[in-house]
Amino acid sequence: MKTKNIMIVGVGGQGSLLASKLLGQLLLSQGYDVKVSEVHGMSQRGGSVVTYVRYGDEVNSPVIDKGEADYIISFELMEAARWISFLKKDGQIVTNTQQIDPMPVIMGAAEYPDGLVEKMKATGAKVDAIDCLSLANEAGSSKAVNLVLMGRLSHYFDAPEEAWQAAIDATVPAKFLELNKKAFALGKNA
Amino acid sequence: MKQLMQGNVAVARGLYEAGCEVVSSYPGTPSTEVTEEAAKYDEMYCEWAPNEKVAMEVAFGASLAGRRSFCGMKHVGLNVAADPLYTASYTGVNAGMVVVVADDAGMHSSQNEQDSRHHAIASKVPMLEPSDSAEALAFTKIAYDLSEEYDTPVIIKMCTRVAHSQSVVETAERFVPEPVPYEKKIAKYVMTPANAIRKHPVVEERTLKLKALGEGRVYGGVELNRVMYCENAAEHVGVIADSTSFQYAREVLGDSASYLKIGLVNPLPEQLFRDFAENVKEVIVIEELDPILEEHCRKLGIPVKGKELFPICGEFSQNLVAAKLGCEVPEGVTLDETIPVRPPVMCAGCPHRGMFFTLNKNKCTVLGDIGCYTLGSAAPLSAMEMTLCMGASVSALHGFNKASGPESESHTVGVIGDSTFMHSGMTGLANIAYNQSNSTVIILDNSITGMTGHQQNPTTGYNIKGDPAGKIDLEALCRAMGFNRVRVVDPYDLAACDAAVKEELAAPEPSVIISRRPCALLKYVKHNPPLSVNTEKCVGCKSCMRIGCPAISMRDGKSVVDQTQCVGCGVCTQMCKFDAFEGMVGKEA
Repeated sequence: MKTKNIMIVGVGGQGSLLASKLLGQLLLSQGYDVKVSEVHGMSQRGGSVVTYVRYGDEVNSPVIDKGEADYIISFELMEAARWISFLKKDGQIVTNTQQIDPMPVIMGAAEYPDGLVEKMKATGAKVDAIDCLSLANEAGSSKAVNLVLMGRLSHYFDAPEEAWQAAIDATVPAKFLELNKKAFALGKNA
Repeated sequence: MKQLMQGNVAVARGLYEAGCEVVSSYPGTPSTEVTEEAAKYDEMYCEWAPNEKVAMEVAFGASLAGRRSFCGMKHVGLNVAADPLYTASYTGVNAGMVVVVADDAGMHSSQNEQDSRHHAIASKVPMLEPSDSAEALAFTKIAYDLSEEYDTPVIIKMCTRVAHSQSVVETAERFVPEPVPYEKKIAKYVMTPANAIRKHPVVEERTLKLKALGEGRVYGGVELNRVMYCENAAEHVGVIADSTSFQYAREVLGDSASYLKIGLVNPLPEQLFRDFAENVKEVIVIEELDPILEEHCRKLGIPVKGKELFPICGEFSQNLVAAKLGCEVPEGVTLDETIPVRPPVMCAGCPHRGMFFTLNKNKCTVLGDIGCYTLGSAAPLSAMEMTLCMGASVSALHGFNKASGPESESHTVGVIGDSTFMHSGMTGLANIAYNQSNSTVIILDNSITGMTGHQQNPTTGYNIKGDPAGKIDLEALCRAMGFNRVRVVDPYDLAACDAAVKEELAAPEPSVIISRRPCALLKYVKHNPPLSVNTEKCVGCKSCMRIGCPAISMRDGKSVVDQTQCVGCGVCTQMCKFDAFEGMVGKEA
């Protein structure tokens, strides 16, 4: 199988590392060669962060380039738009509708763009936008946004439910398992 | 069992399997996880050293005592450790000694983009360069055999994309070789000129042997250098590449090209290059940063294309390689919209914020250092005017003040974190105490090594495993150096910060201000409930915006507090003349 590409984007500190760990676990269990690439360090301090997940028969490069992503999973609305040039023409975006102002917006030097969901849809990209923060809070913690997104992504993926559940079991700390499974289910059924 | 493993974790696994027993490192992105992960194995003694030079000397001492040892660092850390490295190349080792250096092409988290292969060449130490996690594990293990057989430290060179990418590895059991008995060998280990003169030719001879090893490609069952010919190789290009450049080239060209993949990047073999060049149509060298493989080819008289196609600056990707080779590049979705940049910022509740606000307000000239607080240079605080390397804030401040005298002494400060101060700020402070400039040094003590992801250091009182350890008393240390004026201030208290900065700059002698409060992200730090804005009191004056807190923004002309980010530190409440912030613990609404 030709290499497929999933990008996970968001704001440093939002918990994208757990999402990539979970996806890596899932894809490995499905028999694929997998590479997952993260950025640590300075950009984690509230900057724009991106994680690349690649899978297929033989994966070479650890990164995803412009025009290559089959899926963009975004923890924050503007970040989905920032990385949209990495999406394939027929690619799928799954995004949280939460908005987090970056420093230039906070300082009044720039404005948070309006109507991003509609604008992204107008490019021809498939966009699935949901309020993950509310669903995460419903599950019991604002930190469960990552599992809500994973639940939503499971719609588009040819992987059995048991494989998802096994990947969640393997990556989420036991203490928060129930909460995270609830978040996954809320995302899936949203 | 097959499993996904990050490159750095794979190196740690390699240390474990190779029977390494002593690990000493200083954290630095993208190298940190090697040592953090190694510390999870109880069979290895692991520690954070105050700096990379100390770490390498600890590893050397352990090797001398006959146990396999390790030290890890980022690229600029190897500059600090260069002194022991260059002479350990002469002494050689007793038990195996391996060094990891992690480069950061693209400068995701670094102050420069230096190519560490130069250090291997200059120190004449062999360097292995993995291109994925499986190689990271395999290379680490054979590095110990190589170190012992060729009597030399061995460097493993990582880069951000190998260090922080997970790929599939298979693990094995740990095997600890018998300790090598320590023997007194003055001619081997005491590098006086007379002994070193005898050792230098030995080093040169070793390099020739290692070159021959590279020709043979395989060592200990592991392919150091790999040759992959495509069908009808003479009619297709041949790519010479190392590390991730090989992966990008393979992704773009697949089986339509031949490859000479270099894993032993120092020393480089000669015949292997010549043979490869003869068997392919033309040679293209793909390597990030400096043209080291390319210049090797040119020295051998092999005509190649290299940096005439590929940039020296920044990291590569498959699209970059495809474009430079004239291959098709995929077209992505285009959105005609300006997306505001999202630079990294100091976190909500960051204790550094209060001090930088104070320095900005007092129009201080601020010489800075390496850490989270380097973000103090960003708007709106904009309170840092120089960052060079670890420790330079203190030493450069002294030079700045010696050059300009009282004119700068009255408004110039150096700021340095607790971990960076332990790393190499102490020596600069000794210089101020000794050569007496009227300098004001501010130690931003957040009780952790922050930017690299919370590592303990000699001031925190805990070791790498989180167990109680020795704790250096910063106040006592500064006083012992001869500073009479040492004071501690809470950076959440803006009035106290302002008084401390004004008074110490005005004082007629050198002083140290310790701005002390633990990093807000530390697990043991208890947060207050988030604040909120009383929209009737808020007049939209934007005074609170001047502290650059990511949790505060303006909506419809009024301040709002992001409830998911605010930790209730209360610095904003001190900015507001209208008492618009509500919910501050310990303060009446």
